[in-house]
Amino acid sequence: MLDSTPKEIIERKSGGVINPAKTCQPLGAMYAALGIHKCLPHSHGSQGCCSYHRSHLTRHFKEPVMASTSSFTEGASVFGGGANLKTSIKNVFSIYNPDVMAIHTTCLSETIGDDLPSTINSAEVPEDKVVIYASTPSYQGSHITGFSNMTKGMVDCLAKATTETKKEQANIIPGFVNPGDMREIKRIVNLMNVNFTMFPDTSGVLDTPMTGQYVMYPKGGTKVEDIADAGNSKLTLALGQYASEDAAKLLERKCDVNYTALKTPIGIKATDQLVMALRQNFTEEIPYELEEERGQLVDIMTDTHHQFHGKKVAIFGDPDVVIGLTEFLLSLGMKPVHILTGTPTSTLGGIGGFFEKEINHLLEPAGIEAQVKAGGDLFELHQWIKNEPVDLIIGNTYGKYIAKAEDIPLVRVGFPILDRSVQTYLPVVGYKGAMRLIEMITNTLLDREDRDSKDEDFELVM
Amino acid sequence: MHGPIGCASYTWDIRGSLSSGSELYRNSFSTDLKERDIIFGGEKKLAKAIDELVEKYNAKLVFVYSTCVVGVIGDDLEAVCKTAAQKHGIEVLPVQSSGFIGNKSMGYRAACDTLLRLIDPGEKKIIKENKFINYLGDFNLAGEAWIIKKYLQRIGIDVNVAFTGDSSYQKLKTAPEASLNIIQCAGSMYYLAGKMQELYNIPYMQISFLGLEDTANSLRKIAAFFEDEEIMNQAEKLIKEEVFSTKPKIDFYREKLKGKRAAVYVGGGFKAISLIKQFREIGIEVVMIGTQTGRKEEYEIINNLVEDGTVVLDDANPSELEQFMIEKGAHLLVGGVKERPLAYKLGLAFIDHNHERKHPLSGFVGAVNFAQEVYSAVCSPVWDYVHGKEGS
Repeated sequence: MLDSTPKEIIERKSGGVINPAKTCQPLGAMYAALGIHKCLPHSHGSQGCCSYHRSHLTRHFKEPVMASTSSFTEGASVFGGGANLKTSIKNVFSIYNPDVMAIHTTCLSETIGDDLPSTINSAEVPEDKVVIYASTPSYQGSHITGFSNMTKGMVDCLAKATTETKKEQANIIPGFVNPGDMREIKRIVNLMNVNFTMFPDTSGVLDTPMTGQYVMYPKGGTKVEDIADAGNSKLTLALGQYASEDAAKLLERKCDVNYTALKTPIGIKATDQLVMALRQNFTEEIPYELEEERGQLVDIMTDTHHQFHGKKVAIFGDPDVVIGLTEFLLSLGMKPVHILTGTPTSTLGGIGGFFEKEINHLLEPAGIEAQVKAGGDLFELHQWIKNEPVDLIIGNTYGKYIAKAEDIPLVRVGFPILDRSVQTYLPVVGYKGAMRLIEMITNTLLDREDRDSKDEDFELVM
Repeated sequence: MHGPIGCASYTWDIRGSLSSGSELYRNSFSTDLKERDIIFGGEKKLAKAIDELVEKYNAKLVFVYSTCVVGVIGDDLEAVCKTAAQKHGIEVLPVQSSGFIGNKSMGYRAACDTLLRLIDPGEKKIIKENKFINYLGDFNLAGEAWIIKKYLQRIGIDVNVAFTGDSSYQKLKTAPEASLNIIQCAGSMYYLAGKMQELYNIPYMQISFLGLEDTANSLRKIAAFFEDEEIMNQAEKLIKEEVFSTKPKIDFYREKLKGKRAAVYVGGGFKAISLIKQFREIGIEVVMIGTQTGRKEEYEIINNLVEDGTVVLDDANPSELEQFMIEKGAHLLVGGVKERPLAYKLGLAFIDHNHERKHPLSGFVGAVNFAQEVYSAVCSPVWDYVHGKEGS
């Protein structure tokens, strides 16, 4: 039995974490960097960091993940990692020949105070190549903060306003979602007939088809010139405030591109908002194809709503995804009673209480009181569930310990999913993604009902 | 884990080690150091975290792992651990495993140093038990240590404690009483074995329970050490019985796999050596072999063992692996988590020989599992689609 969590909640004094619901910044930075075409992420720190981030991403995406490291030794830790970084830059371009090298820091290089910009400035970078960087101290925020910081780094190092008037095009920052989600968002924007650049974009990088050949830099990823041109767009849509808004803000400051922050488009409402934002800003009509999809979704929602009503759910994961899921589950009539993210609130430019406020804002109209926490851990979530049991848990793979201990079904959504396949190819965003979520949730709930029902209650038609 | 959150996140329950007792080790504990802690020091937070954990879980022993940033800001783990140990009347030991001290081997060494402190009997007199051995470098992945323990029991030898598969605080404490140390994973435990010989006069020998040949030879080697006729006879009897029941199964797969070619990229040299022999048992030739931490002597053995033309690599990078796998026409790769998708992209089968797996590959039963796994990987119909024999 894997359960070693006591039911009784004793005040936690240490500030330590038991069973984390987050990981550290560099992982998010590495994931974001992989969304640039022909980019090799580089970890400026000890070897272990890079190796763990690659393994972790590989376990989730089931794809090769390449990255280089400054490979700090004791010497570099004492005398600074500048020399290691310069050698790394030289070697990476001469051996692995990427178009872009995206350097992120680690807790070690941050703490010893390595000055990335000046080291990079004095390094040998081949003429047609670019080095971008982001500061990603592991002891601040979470992997979502790291994703945000690297996306900011793309704006900071690459985006330029070069045209007099802004172009009729949108920038889309998708946030920390799967390549399948990025594809779906792109499909929707294409259907709306809007020119756009999505960055970062890991589709075509971490969901590549089998060709019998290994290519170090696959076809996907946002091209450097497109990120540069993002400075000329008339609008940025930042999907998911946590992972995307900071980069959009910086782009506004730097290149005067207006931005709108929207929820990660999970569920009908958030998808509507994305579609409406595109319609309003680009005066495009909504095509029948999208209307049809939306209509189908509403049809499915009405067909299945009786299965959802009043069912208690615990949701955990990354803040943007959890916010989207909460809104969607509420629209289905479910009762999210425990809502938790590991990412703390106070680190993103001091937007304190954001997650909790946002969630409570969603819960209030539904008249639901829930345990809501940012910066929590799964030990705490488990204790909540022991004290108020739920019908369903929605979250990443780490939820399986709680699910097994309490015999509660688990629907896997988010990052990381280490024990199931295919999910990175298929969306949870957009109308199609909402249909998929409904399918996943009802299948899980009904499988459970079938398993548990007495013979006389066992139903053929459900 | 004393450090920022990532260090604990990435190492949470990624080993397939099994326990016959508590499952507590499958949880992850971290001080989750924040900016404030880095500036003002993390010692107080660590002390509180230890208090909280001891209160919650009533532990007899706590290991505190140092990470990169903790090493740099200079938290005095030794002092915090000492105070906590006195306060709670238990053992609290630091592991000086800051990332920048070196590669994985250095981490093993740091852990071994801590284990040496743990097993130090101090003034207590060591009573040597006869035919009582420690099994070093088996982490009981998928219950492998249990398989080997049973074999040894059958021939009249008791395993005192494994380092550290399914071991316990009390059992580890008795380690100095053993009369022999056997080492499976040399990369992690060679250093500890040497130290134990020096301190407690326990001889050691390297063995390997991978494949029929090496398993049999290892059992013979251990039996011979005790110079006891009865044990040696029992060992021969066990080998005969086990080979008799497993050989036909292996032969079945051998027929199917004959002529296939394997590429191997694993951590330690000793494992690599065993794998060459094990592949030979199932009719497969190793055409590329590499290790991360193999020693010079091990490479010499590898060179003598492989056929002419086999590529031998040390500390290879992915593009080298790719190049040689293609060049040598390998059908499968044995490797770790990061190599799996690389092999698949090239249309090669993959065998997980890492620490995450939950099926045993040790001993006679493991040899059959291995053959079965290779068969189902290499002979899957999906490869026909990859190589264009089916469909378009």
